[in-house]
Amino acid sequence: MSETRTETAVSRALATARGEDRAALVGYLPVGYPSVEGSIEAMRTMVRAGVDIVEIGLPYTDPLMDGPVIQTAATGALAAGVHVDDVFRAARAVTDEGAACVVMTYWNPVLRRGVEKFAADLAAAGGSGLVTPDLVPDEAADWLAASDAHDLDRIFLVAPSSTTERLVSTTAASRGFVYAAALMGVTGARSALGSDAAVLVDRVRQVSDIPVCVGLGVSTAEQAHQVAQFADGVIVGSALVSCLVDAPDDLDRGLARLDTLARELAAGVRR
Amino acid sequence: MTDPTSVPLGRFGAYGGRYVPEALVAALEELDEHRRKAMADPAFLGELTELQRSYTGRPSILTSVPRFAAEHCGGAQVVLKREDLNHTGSHKINNVLGQALLTKRMGKTRVIAETGAGQHGVATATAAALMGLDCTVYMGRVDTERQALNVARMRLLGAEVVPVDHGSRTLKDAVNEAFRDWVANVDHTHYVLGTVTGPYPFPEMVRDFHRVIGVEARAQMLDEYGRLPDAVLACVGGGSNAMGIFHRFIDDGDVRLIGLEGGGEGISSGRHASRFSGEATPGVLHGAFTYVLQDDEGQTIESHSVSAGLDYPSVGPEHSYLRDAGRAEYRPITDTQAMEAFRALSRTEGILPAIESAHAVAGAMQLGSELGPEALLLVNLSGRGDKDVHTAAQWFGLLDEDDPIDAEPIGQSPDGAEGEGVQL
Ligand SMILES: Cc1ncc(COP(=O)(O)O)c(C=O)c1O
Repeated sequence: MSETRTETAVSRALATARGEDRAALVGYLPVGYPSVEGSIEAMRTMVRAGVDIVEIGLPYTDPLMDGPVIQTAATGALAAGVHVDDVFRAARAVTDEGAACVVMTYWNPVLRRGVEKFAADLAAAGGSGLVTPDLVPDEAADWLAASDAHDLDRIFLVAPSSTTERLVSTTAASRGFVYAAALMGVTGARSALGSDAAVLVDRVRQVSDIPVCVGLGVSTAEQAHQVAQFADGVIVGSALVSCLVDAPDDLDRGLARLDTLARELAAGVRR
Repeated sequence: MTDPTSVPLGRFGAYGGRYVPEALVAALEELDEHRRKAMADPAFLGELTELQRSYTGRPSILTSVPRFAAEHCGGAQVVLKREDLNHTGSHKINNVLGQALLTKRMGKTRVIAETGAGQHGVATATAAALMGLDCTVYMGRVDTERQALNVARMRLLGAEVVPVDHGSRTLKDAVNEAFRDWVANVDHTHYVLGTVTGPYPFPEMVRDFHRVIGVEARAQMLDEYGRLPDAVLACVGGGSNAMGIFHRFIDDGDVRLIGLEGGGEGISSGRHASRFSGEATPGVLHGAFTYVLQDDEGQTIESHSVSAGLDYPSVGPEHSYLRDAGRAEYRPITDTQAMEAFRALSRTEGILPAIESAHAVAGAMQLGSELGPEALLLVNLSGRGDKDVHTAAQWFGLLDEDDPIDAEPIGQSPDGAEGEGVQL
């Protein structure tokens, strides 16, 4: 697409990883769980442990692409009073910590704030773009315009069920990277990943040279290592969130687990 | 590059669309292709018509309710479209039989559904039994409790009923859970969405399967009453029975189309399911851009209604369009007003309406009083009240846990009707 754009921090992080001949590690955490401060501390912990790109989740009442772990964290965050503004605070904190970040959000909170305003606020906070699990490019006219106006990445998803025609149109509309769903299903750790992800990445590469990051189900260092063999980035969500959800009343313990897992994953993509 | 935004899909004015995970797009396109072909295929339409005749019991009759009208509707003439007499007890079977036939055409072997009142779940379980499909129904925990009879019915029909414990534990959370199942099993599973919302093509497809209600009713009105009604009234949860009866009348400019929403404990209480009379604003929920009860940050606000089938924070996009265009009007009916209508129709005509449908009946009481004896009102009686007997009996204080005979007789308990609500 447009070669003249300023590169986002996400594009730079992907390029740096490629220069080191490895995949980038993308770690997801929802803002506001167990508290806004706690979640931001957790994001900083991940960055120090080697996560290249933080995917900041915006908790939503009806997360229909999410499995039980992320639902639990989102519900907890909403109950604890998280606000949309907190996502920009988190983006600023991650940026200050030296990492790139994108926001993963269902579409309605963006619509409600106003697509243009959301984009402006995100850009001002240092965020690189949005991952939109329930927005396909077909419905994204406002977001395509706002992301152009603010030099933001737009990370749409592709899935094993996507037709070749849709791989072409979705990658053409995407910028930064495209999010390849490793399997058909919602977020959540899986014991085995199967071959869908590798096949999908291969299909994407035949129609586009946009970087491809793979997520859904990746939870262990071994899986991260496997995925790193064929993808530009490895996205880990539920497994990281579990570190906090499993220690609901003990943030220090949660952070310690998070640190350990993130370091293992970072080693996994470097193996 | 081709501009992916140049063809807006499935919009009713600004409303509708397809806000879904990419993983479901292929299935939605497949569904759209199959249903378009099917709706133009005489063999499919013939099979559906025959099922409607010999299984559902269509056409459903019109019933004039003069005693009810004289005592409660300002003397206006009131006619009920009896969808409650359909097999399984509501309009829901119209849509389900169509989608179940499509499921077979697509070569899929399993259906899933969400349900609030349980009527859509029962209809889906019924069609699955009839056509040899596996069936799983998601139902909010709160609804499994207030519609326990329908849980048993679904299980008797061989369906698996999964209570949903997330969020508000009602219809909207059941829809979320059904979508999660669908994403994981879409290769062999069809999601039989139960109302006129969701991503395209559901709003249009479900409406088309229910359109028979209005097609029959319009012809029956002309035939039996010699004219079109002054108003057509229907309750609106997601809005399928209302779209079904409204659609054939849209071009009849003199016929008012009136949707009755769950007014819960009143708009000012904040505890209601009134998307059009409350503070709802356009947004996205469950795949469609439409009116949604939401807060300033786009989080969904939980709805409240005595009626499980109307207890939903969003509404089908075509209703949003008809409302903004001024073609249809929407009014809230409180829990108390609906239960009064339930009692009035039961005692004057011997017809127990579903509590959902009682909202439409209450609408006729209001409108009849406004328009007077010259008016001819057509009310869609979307379902029967058997499933609600327990709720109604508790509302009116007819159940005494220790001694059923000792309970207050219905006519002498006006206090009970003022509604401490349903305590289950
Ligand atoms: C009898 C009856 N009427 C109405 C409804 C509301 O649905 P809709 O608005 O889609 O007709 C339900 C839903 O469960 C129902 O069971």
